Amino acid sequence: MNLIENISAFQNIVYIASSILFITGIKMLGKEDTAVKGNFLSALAMFIAVAITLVNIVNPLLIIIGISIGAIVGSLIALRVKMTSIPEMVALFNGFGGLATFFIAWSEFNSIPENTFQYILIMITIFIGGVTFSGSIIAYGKLSEKLTIKKTSIVTKLFTTIFYISIIYLVYSILLTNIFVPKFDFFTILLILTLLGGIGFVLPIGGGDMPVVISLLNSFSGIAAAFAGLLLLNNVLIVAGSLVGASGLILTIIMAKAMNRSIGNILFVGYATSSSVSKSEETGEVKPINVSDAYLILENASSVLVVPGYGMAVAQAQHVVRELGELLEANGTEVKYGIHPVAGRMPGHMNVLLAEANVPYDVLVEPDDVNPSMDSIDVAIVIGANDVVNPSATEEPGSPIYGMPIIEVNNARTVFVLKRSMSSGFAGVQNPLFFKENTRMLFGDAKESIGGLVSEFKE
Amino acid sequence: MEVYILLGFVLILSIYLGLELISKVPSTLHTPLMSGANAISGIALVGALVLSSGSQLQEILAFLAVTFASINVFGGYLVTNRMLKMFKKK
Repeated sequence: MNLIENISAFQNIVYIASSILFITGIKMLGKEDTAVKGNFLSALAMFIAVAITLVNIVNPLLIIIGISIGAIVGSLIALRVKMTSIPEMVALFNGFGGLATFFIAWSEFNSIPENTFQYILIMITIFIGGVTFSGSIIAYGKLSEKLTIKKTSIVTKLFTTIFYISIIYLVYSILLTNIFVPKFDFFTILLILTLLGGIGFVLPIGGGDMPVVISLLNSFSGIAAAFAGLLLLNNVLIVAGSLVGASGLILTIIMAKAMNRSIGNILFVGYATSSSVSKSEETGEVKPINVSDAYLILENASSVLVVPGYGMAVAQAQHVVRELGELLEANGTEVKYGIHPVAGRMPGHMNVLLAEANVPYDVLVEPDDVNPSMDSIDVAIVIGANDVVNPSATEEPGSPIYGMPIIEVNNARTVFVLKRSMSSGFAGVQNPLFFKENTRMLFGDAKESIGGLVSEFKE
Repeated sequence: MEVYILLGFVLILSIYLGLELISKVPSTLHTPLMSGANAISGIALVGALVLSSGSQLQEILAFLAVTFASINVFGGYLVTNRMLKMFKKK
């Protein structure tokens, strides 16, 4: 227990102050009015904790170089990134946090663990940190669409198998290697298997399930830091790491609930095999509409609900959507935006895009707020959303998405669906909404279609 | 061993506290909360600073841990701040 004595009592007191700031900061981050201040407090807490740790560093040169490189690289990425690339950015930073704990545990293994408990902690920290890192990198690849390996591909299956092997190997490393010291270098194998396993953890998880994975990896990076804290007997690491673990876990649960699926189902089963094939066939003809007819209907509408999805992000249509919203309001129409929690590729994806386009956050409503009064909405405009407005979820018990809370646009007087083609959504389920009596399909690129409506209004 | 039990206690209480504090977060803040929490997980930086440097491998590992944790800290806080500044009320 030399280590805890080495950290001076004064440092520990400062760590407690820093922990209080972290707790206050994350609490304030959860409320709109105080969020900016909350983030500042948590940054202050970080600064204090790092500064007091630096006081008794013997050889600070290498550390100052490391921090400087990190500061420059991190700031450049953060300030240059486009708001539309935020999901992959968060994934990347998250991976770096995981990688840092991976290195910490690796280094501690080389100082020869003092007792069994420390030994076990090293193994677990290596595993969580490593899986967070390589998993986040795969998530980054998927979100930035640089990586397009399908779930059914042999590569995916291979890595998924490695993931399971890595778990078994972790258990072996924890339980047996401490008693029977193996003749081979089991630790290097653990390092490699962990990194490959992380790839296999995220690779099979598809587009629409990304919000859950991102939140879960977020939670993991916190848990890894907390375990590193246990390992180094450092209380501020434990407190801050646990807070991150908890907040990631809450987001994960919110996302899973919004899809009416369990976390295990999302991670290990996926849509394709989770339920019997949907029975809904095409139940009629779709009714296309052109821009000028859509304009005539919108001009006479007194209330409009815009429901964006991933398609809006792909088409980069958020700015024209805001413009259309402003023109509608100038025309005396009440405009609201219905945001489903899992619309897009990360928690709150649509909110960020609309905020970037200067849409105030108080006109953004959640499904529970808007569904009861849906029949008073004149026009619902669905922009690149599919599964989150699929009425099968409420009407068809056999459907794979049955029970998922949706935005019930089918109850609005008229529904415009902006879509490129008739392909089905991420869940691979046909959407009966397209064939409803009150639905009009506006085919084409969302940005062009909305842009067309905007110019009609301006004329 | 007692010290692990004590710190394990801190761990459990902190997770519980976190769950209570953040349980009702509006969906507008989902991304900033995630990004802000992500910046906090850069606290691994403090861990990286106190690593012992017995061998050359350990020095390299500590240096890499410091660098990557710093990217996480600086990038995370700045991007969260940038995002939060965009959110406006009517």
